Amino acid sequence: MPATLTRTTPYHIQVNRWTAVHSQREIAQKTGTHLHFSKVIKLLPRIGCASALDQYHEGMTTNAKSFDEMIRPDGSVTPPYAAYDAWFKCQDPARLESKAEEAEAFFRRTGITFNVYGQSEAQERLIPFDLVPRILSHREWTKLSKGIDQRVRAINAFIWDIYNRQEILRAGRIPKALIAHNEAFVPQMMGFTPPGKVYTHIVGTDIVRTGEGDFFVLEDNARTPSGVSYMLENRETMLQMFPELFSQIRVQPVSDYPKNLRRSLSACAPQACSGKPTVAVLTPGIHNSAYFEHSFLADQMGAELVEGHDLRVVDGRIAMRTTKGYRVIDVLYRRIDDDFLDPLSFNPDSMLGVPGIMDVYRAGGITIANAPGAGIADDKAIYSYMPEIVEFYTGEKAILKNVETHRCAEPEALQYVLDHLSDLVVKEVHGSGGYGMLVGPAASKNEIADFRKKLEARPGNYIAQPTLSLSTVPIFVDQGLAPRHVDLRPFVLVSPQGVNITPGGLTRVALTEGSLVVNSSQGGGTKDTWVLED
Amino acid sequence: MLGKTAGGLYWMFRFLERSENTARLLEAGFRMALTRSSDAESEWKSVVTTSGTGLGYDNKYDSYSDTLVMDWLLRDTDNPSSVIAGTKSARDNARLVRTALTTEVWEAVNDNWMTLRDLLAKPVTTVDLPATLALIRKQSALVRGALHGTMLRNDIYDFARIGTFVERADNTARIIDVKYYTLLPSASAVGSSLDNVQWEMILRSVSAHRCFRWLDEQDMTATAIADFLIFDKRLPRSLAFCVKQTTENLRYLEQEYETRHPCHDLADKLGRQLKTLDINTVFDHGLHEMITEFIRDNNALGAQIERDFRFIG
Repeated sequence: MPATLTRTTPYHIQVNRWTAVHSQREIAQKTGTHLHFSKVIKLLPRIGCASALDQYHEGMTTNAKSFDEMIRPDGSVTPPYAAYDAWFKCQDPARLESKAEEAEAFFRRTGITFNVYGQSEAQERLIPFDLVPRILSHREWTKLSKGIDQRVRAINAFIWDIYNRQEILRAGRIPKALIAHNEAFVPQMMGFTPPGKVYTHIVGTDIVRTGEGDFFVLEDNARTPSGVSYMLENRETMLQMFPELFSQIRVQPVSDYPKNLRRSLSACAPQACSGKPTVAVLTPGIHNSAYFEHSFLADQMGAELVEGHDLRVVDGRIAMRTTKGYRVIDVLYRRIDDDFLDPLSFNPDSMLGVPGIMDVYRAGGITIANAPGAGIADDKAIYSYMPEIVEFYTGEKAILKNVETHRCAEPEALQYVLDHLSDLVVKEVHGSGGYGMLVGPAASKNEIADFRKKLEARPGNYIAQPTLSLSTVPIFVDQGLAPRHVDLRPFVLVSPQGVNITPGGLTRVALTEGSLVVNSSQGGGTKDTWVLED
Repeated sequence: MLGKTAGGLYWMFRFLERSENTARLLEAGFRMALTRSSDAESEWKSVVTTSGTGLGYDNKYDSYSDTLVMDWLLRDTDNPSSVIAGTKSARDNARLVRTALTTEVWEAVNDNWMTLRDLLAKPVTTVDLPATLALIRKQSALVRGALHGTMLRNDIYDFARIGTFVERADNTARIIDVKYYTLLPSASAVGSSLDNVQWEMILRSVSAHRCFRWLDEQDMTATAIADFLIFDKRLPRSLAFCVKQTTENLRYLEQEYETRHPCHDLADKLGRQLKTLDINTVFDHGLHEMITEFIRDNNALGAQIERDFRFIG
């Protein structure tokens, strides 16, 4: 019988070949471990909006355990929330419910989903989005942004120093061993100054709040911070759903971020660039949990979205394979970790990077953002020295406070931490995404005992911090409104022209009552973040 | 444009076309089985053979029945040409090339995937089959509509179209190939009920039964049907139409890129071959041989396009 010819090899099989997996770590890199998901909550007050608010007020005056950003203990509304409070009282709960459904449908339709590591790939999930905005006053933001600006400048000066003269080590302000034995330290960067002397082109500074004026930096995220697409889409969603709210309340816009990102990256073009710089975003591929963000940013910036196998070295430059041949790239915004960037310089098994890119980089043929080795400033042991670092490079006192940090490498600190495990949060110095940490007050005796062993075996791998009573903001729950803990990740762009901070950022919220873990990988959600106009 | 992006567009539309064709083929098979229950098994078998997935099917099942074949063609992820697998691959490729698509095209293809995923989550019964197939057709029409209505007519559009027509040509050729013996003039007792049913099956699987009646009401013969499916440039699923479209979109690329590639010569050659033939010479030469050759040449053209435009490195 006829028809013995088989069909042509489908492209997706070729895709799979390229994305062949080589190690557990590569899986984590490919799927991303930063942001994961749970189902969108079916929020929604079954009682009227005004009485939901009344109940919330009542709760805050009788048994608030943490600082609430909307309601003071005396029951009064804080100034940033006054106008929103007035608007909310007059809302129809049924309308809000249908708005929430609209939001979910919108997210699914536009494909703002994340793949969940460990689950079958069909399972793309939505990050839960809460409709109540998190609001900051102009004054609060001005102070915050000054502090972030100062800190980010200091971090860039610090990284340059570490890879060049190492004056801070010579001055004895931080111990040499902390750098020499650090996994995030990249020796290939020694003696090299990246274009524009910028290391951290994009920073996501994690901020927590414990009181009226008490803001702390929790982490600096100087590598490849994610979440900015949520900041933009959350605002877009709110604008679509509640346009009248934005005409009543003047909120500083965030929509310039992609334009500013492109401008900022272009300003860091390498020596070899002539004319208008060509920018590309390097993604590990469609299976990475943050792939949506990568394609979103490429799209919004008008940049190409490339994978490692699209790129190669051509005449001392990095070029991408196009339908018309190879075309040179000037600035590469990479969303893969240092280790995977160049199999010739780093992990030899990596299929995600570009062989030889480090040589091109060092010869001034391309700008890599963020710079390899910038992660040294992300280390949680280095973090504990940040007040000294800010002072050393800027000559000023740090505007933003650090969270008190016990370095377990130091015997006295270790003893203190071991004695107080049930009160402390213990973190791995290189960890991220809320993995590998102990939250003492929430842990069982067994968990604490297990962690104690790990800590005693490798004390230098850990730091400990007191459990902070994070501020709360209301979210929708079945019963109406309820307080939940939040943090804030503002997004910061650095170029030779200056530091640009988008007003607001991404507010992450712990959806479980009493929980302090806001990571979306651990059941956190997000909110739109408003900074009010003056 | 990145070579990878061109490849993603090309395959996105090949897969969309393929899953739509699979649904159409299943519909024709279903009608056939309803009207000719005596020989249902061999009809279902020829449906699977036409889809080009006979090997995979035989590895999994020992017999042919409506339930098994429906599941294999609609829902089975082991079958790369099933509706669900094609829809998923189309959507994966769309994610890959998302920066090249308008929001409307992306949303249509994403919605297509979400709708069919839910629709095909459970086995489809014969009672639900007509509604299921209708929805599949509607969903792919929405994607096509978004493409035509919103995309710039540039290289992005050309690669999408080329993928569509290379796949469609392959599909029509396969249908002719599996049923070629019913189209041979020698085999046809004109007007016999057997042939009428077989011919209708062929025409239905390319959604051309009504078109054919409009055009050739007088002349329902094997030769006329074969001529229609191979040579008629008015029929959007004929081989000649598909080759003409592919050639045209390749020519736009040649103009836009100011470069002529080996694939342009291959496409022209394929078009010339069709032009020099007519249905009588095809029958003299051997219909089966001609179609097999066409499938091979069309595949070679696809492979050459992949190389010339650097779909993979």
